[in-house]
Amino acid sequence: MGIDVKRIRRDFPILSARMNGKPLVYLDNAATSQKPRQVIEAIYKYYTQYNANIHRGIYAIAEKATQAYTDSKAKVAKHINASSIEEIVYTRNTTEAINLAALTWGEANIKKGDRILISEMEHHSNMVPWQLLSMKKGAKLDYIKLDSSNSELDMQSLGEQLEKKPKLVAITHVSNVLGTINDVKEIAKMAHKHGAKVLVDGAQSAPHMKVDVKDIDADFFALSAHKMLGPTGIGVLYAKRDILEHMEPLIGGGDMISTVDFYSCTWNSLPWKFEAGTSNIADAIGFGPAIDYLDRVGMGSIRQHEEKLTKYALESLEDMKNVKVFGLGKENLKKRGAVISFGIKGVHAHDIAQVFDSEGIAIRAGHHCAMPLVTQRLGESALARMSFYLYNEEKEVDKAVQAIEKVKKIFRID
Amino acid sequence: MDMYAEEIISHYEHPHNKGKIENASASMHEHNMVCGDDITVYVKIKGNKVDDIKFDGSGCAISTASASMLTDFAKGKSISELEKMGVSDMIGLIGVDPGPARLHCATISLKALKEALFMYAHKEPDAKTRSL
Ligand SMILES: Cc1ncc(COP(=O)(O)O)c(C=O)c1O
Repeated sequence: MGIDVKRIRRDFPILSARMNGKPLVYLDNAATSQKPRQVIEAIYKYYTQYNANIHRGIYAIAEKATQAYTDSKAKVAKHINASSIEEIVYTRNTTEAINLAALTWGEANIKKGDRILISEMEHHSNMVPWQLLSMKKGAKLDYIKLDSSNSELDMQSLGEQLEKKPKLVAITHVSNVLGTINDVKEIAKMAHKHGAKVLVDGAQSAPHMKVDVKDIDADFFALSAHKMLGPTGIGVLYAKRDILEHMEPLIGGGDMISTVDFYSCTWNSLPWKFEAGTSNIADAIGFGPAIDYLDRVGMGSIRQHEEKLTKYALESLEDMKNVKVFGLGKENLKKRGAVISFGIKGVHAHDIAQVFDSEGIAIRAGHHCAMPLVTQRLGESALARMSFYLYNEEKEVDKAVQAIEKVKKIFRID
Repeated sequence: MDMYAEEIISHYEHPHNKGKIENASASMHEHNMVCGDDITVYVKIKGNKVDDIKFDGSGCAISTASASMLTDFAKGKSISELEKMGVSDMIGLIGVDPGPARLHCATISLKALKEALFMYAHKEPDAKTRSL
């Protein structure tokens, strides 16, 4: 059954806003999603009715705040099928989650001469932390190559790289440039067989599809609340309990200890030992209703809706002269998320985005924080990108197509 | 506001002074990380004046058209005159205000030119130039 987009749109106050005098068409969901009023109201309610620090106060509103914070984690744990909230560490975002894994697990486990395997389609967030770690440790960073279509990972390259026995395979679940959905379950299976741990960058998958960390058998999984209807300032590092148990904390201070004397201390239990100091309580509380919202609509239905929109958009774009679409085509919808990077021959991506802006349409232009992929593999200096979410409609895709026509007209392109 | 005025588009399609100058007096390369605009400005100086100027590279319509118009403007101008130029001069020259997000596209060629002139004079670029 399809989802009721009209009804969903009413929950997002910003979708009735205007940009440059035109109704806002928001097609930059891969950068960040919009927020439903349920999320905005939860944050407002915390600040106006029970603002208090957590884990400390022996009074009603402090207990309520602590409960709401913990509830939000319980929702995340259930949503991604983690075993318990012990496995859910809150960070600021995906980037911080990956860095936390690199600076704690990586710090303890990566030694000189070890290998770390990532792919050519990684976001800088899942590339730079591993570059830093390998430089520091004298480890070697290897890459799973793209196949000849420049759209998918080359599984043969993966096999060859695994023979070199990397300690870690860190891979994006869905590419924020190509939209490609990687078969992380299969990759994890292969990696584990070769003795590697597996980190999945779920920034672009968690918002759009059912994620089951147990089924994937990910050792680490990172995500950002702000891309999945939640507030900015909250990210998640999921890791298997056993791994977290053996990881040293990165930051020391309040909340992360259980006892302290003048010269030593013992760590608090999981996940708190990784959350030193006062947390981003308000946004964590706001993340709860975001998860509820996604669960109520259903990740399966969201995915189905986005698949339909992607198909519609790919079909609309494929007939356009001098428009180039990157990533897998419409015959591969099952392997493709709702991210469409494109270019218009002879026009710079920033000029495309500028014309879209004048039509009230928000799209992204640039290297999308994946410079090696965009400049070296795809050979472009910048790409334009539209990305959809549960509240987008075919009508908005039509407007994007009209905006492309406008760009072509301005730049006198066929 | 029409950012893509006819003049901008035609300079973008047919940029003036495009290319390299062999044995230039000075040249400077500028690259914008965010959007990938990439430009090198070459100047030939004769008696404190710009005798010839060219630019090379790739970029968006705003950066290409700005470089095209700036290089037209700079020909025959004195170094001291050009060293004084700032953001508002550039906006005046191209005739559109690209707004904060695109301002760097309009000024990247000026930045490269001014840096080349500082280099020619064996001086460090001033703060106004560095912040372009
Ligand atoms: C694939 C991927 N990984 C990581 C990130 C980083 O997310 P954040 O900026 O929330 O840390 C993004 C977001 O742009 C992304 O698309």
